Amino acid sequence: MTREIAVVAFAQTDHRRTSEEFSEVEMLMPVLHEVLDRTGLKTADIGFTCSGSSDYLAGRAFSFTLALDGVGAWPPISESHVEMDGAWALYEAWTKLLTGDADTALVYSYGKSSPGSVRDVLTRQLDPYYVAPLWPDSVALAALQAQALIDAGDTDEPALAAVATRSRAAASANSHAQLRDSVPHGDYVVRPLRTGDCPPVGDGAAAVVLAAGERARDLCARPAWIRGVDHRIEAHGLGVRDLTDSPSTRLAAEKAGAFERPVDTAELHAPFSAQEVVLRKALGLDDSVRVNPSGGALAANPVMAAGLIRIGEAAARIHRGESDRALAHATSGPCLQQNLVAVLEGDPR
Amino acid sequence: MSKEPVAVVGIGQTKHVAARRDVSIAGLVREAARRALDDAELTWADVDAVVIGKAPDFFEGVMMPELYLADALGAVGKPMLRVHTAGSVGGSTALVAAGLVAARVHGTVLTLAFEKQSESNAMWGLSLPIPFQQPLLAGAGGFFAPHVRAYMRRSGAPDTVGSLVAYKDRRNALKNPYAHLHEHDITLEKVQASPMLWDPIRYSETCPSSDGACAMVLTDRAGAARSPRPPAWMHGGAMRSEPTLFAGKDAVSPRAGKDCAADVYRQAGIVDPRREIDAVEMYVPFSWYEPMWLENLGFADEGEGWKLTESGVTELDGDLPVDMSGGVLSTNPIGASGMIRFAEAALQVRGQAGEHQVERARRVLGHAYGGGSQFFSMWLVGSEPPDS
Repeated sequence: MTREIAVVAFAQTDHRRTSEEFSEVEMLMPVLHEVLDRTGLKTADIGFTCSGSSDYLAGRAFSFTLALDGVGAWPPISESHVEMDGAWALYEAWTKLLTGDADTALVYSYGKSSPGSVRDVLTRQLDPYYVAPLWPDSVALAALQAQALIDAGDTDEPALAAVATRSRAAASANSHAQLRDSVPHGDYVVRPLRTGDCPPVGDGAAAVVLAAGERARDLCARPAWIRGVDHRIEAHGLGVRDLTDSPSTRLAAEKAGAFERPVDTAELHAPFSAQEVVLRKALGLDDSVRVNPSGGALAANPVMAAGLIRIGEAAARIHRGESDRALAHATSGPCLQQNLVAVLEGDPR
Repeated sequence: MSKEPVAVVGIGQTKHVAARRDVSIAGLVREAARRALDDAELTWADVDAVVIGKAPDFFEGVMMPELYLADALGAVGKPMLRVHTAGSVGGSTALVAAGLVAARVHGTVLTLAFEKQSESNAMWGLSLPIPFQQPLLAGAGGFFAPHVRAYMRRSGAPDTVGSLVAYKDRRNALKNPYAHLHEHDITLEKVQASPMLWDPIRYSETCPSSDGACAMVLTDRAGAARSPRPPAWMHGGAMRSEPTLFAGKDAVSPRAGKDCAADVYRQAGIVDPRREIDAVEMYVPFSWYEPMWLENLGFADEGEGWKLTESGVTELDGDLPVDMSGGVLSTNPIGASGMIRFAEAALQVRGQAGEHQVERARRVLGHAYGGGSQFFSMWLVGSEPPDS
């Protein structure tokens, strides 16, 4: 693997509880313009485009086909789409650049949770024969995981509250975040999780530009080089997994080279406070690592974009010189079933 | 840096039928995957990653079904990617999987696409609500019929050409044990007498709704060297997309299709596709798309595609056989249909296509399209490794 590939630009919307006055395309277009403006590139200059989204959020088959209109795919472009978080679209684009078929890539993803009830919608991800008919919602499943952690002595409710408080305090410096500053920890939603332990429900979009080799240096003063990226999936059934651990995260991190040297920053996609506890353990992160300086998914969790935003936030810190080596993580599926880890580095200073 | 050559060493399909009530979705995909692994004489442990495609999730009512299918496809502990590019998805999925091998990220990748259409109603699943689609524009046929009519007007093709394609493809399907429609009593007259659904598209000129899955094992040069049967080598592959609807769009012969084919031919060193390509597995969900795509893919000049069809060039024993397997017209598990085209192209160059084998098929094109004729994916496979 000889080709060096970097994140050279990142843009995101302000994440909001609802964006009913905008279509998905209207929500996405300013982000696409912003990310391209940062590099001076136009759609026609981009070698490969890849996006991530889910039809189920919009409640409409083939919703991504309309989003493509916002890209301005004329003349026709080399393009693909994953029905996953945009972090996996970035993975596909990264492999495309590795082959040498393209030198630049535009990656975007978006999700509007406001048209429906995202707690109900996510139940449709579950085993359709035995589990989905029972409609166990995403908060209830996360609560099972949180309780398992408490029972194992890995955390307690005050510690979870501290995770949430730290995240929202960090988000005070993030103008895009949906929940910021001091957020009341609130009542139980599903024991042991309180409103403060849960992510806000919101709409949002994000985009990054990738570039290979010298092209990256032309487009960005301090590119965020992708030293490795890997993702792994676990069994779907919660009964066959140890919910207090995330072996897929650990394996992905190992394959991405995360353990070769310490990182200074970690952007973790942990929508629920207890999931940060699981991920910190799987990744061996101690207090020397700045975790979720953006506020993380507890401050803004646009489904299908929140993972890509973690990579974008980690890269942006490298661009700004606030980090030299950062880890970014994305998750999918119930209780951290599928996990992606990327390791990003800036040039030595 | 140069890319790693990509070889197809295993292919598996289910017997496509209207409804597989005997298996779950997991059972269906596992059947195809097992057959592909058996063909390659490999086990689940030999697979480094899984790339899966289908379109759209609403057909089965499962959001991101790859999460639930991880166990059934031996993906636990491995990377699993899920591709969705509308009707072209089966082809795109194979290309994403091939990219993992070409980039040397993985040595051996299992790729699979499926649809269990019996769990839904494709007609209404493909009818977007107003204002995303015009009133009374029901199903895919309603969308494509005006473009077929535009082709007929533009090319001056006689209105008998569509039925010739359907008659050919349904006869070809009789030679393919995995094909959904086996109409033993098919005649040209029966096709022509079938009810008009979306003028000018008749009932027998449309694809069925199928349950089915298709899987392939893709591997690198080292993996190909261990293959028990001849591999198919990828000589070129590309995807192109353009917007759904806009004033400059040529819905009869979209530029994205032309550009995609040109990219594949450039990679494969093809200068004259009509002479240098031996056969085509083409995505033809409505019969008239054969002559239309013959032109779009550069096998005939504009307005001349129907003449190839009419003169028998595209018959199984013709000079340029098209849809030897019976094609989408005989088998259409939508999410898998593109991958079946890619897999059937590979079967041909491996000499493994059985009764529908084309003699001396050395270079064969697999083609898929989707959305409003806006997403294209294609690959060209050969019996010999690529030059580089």
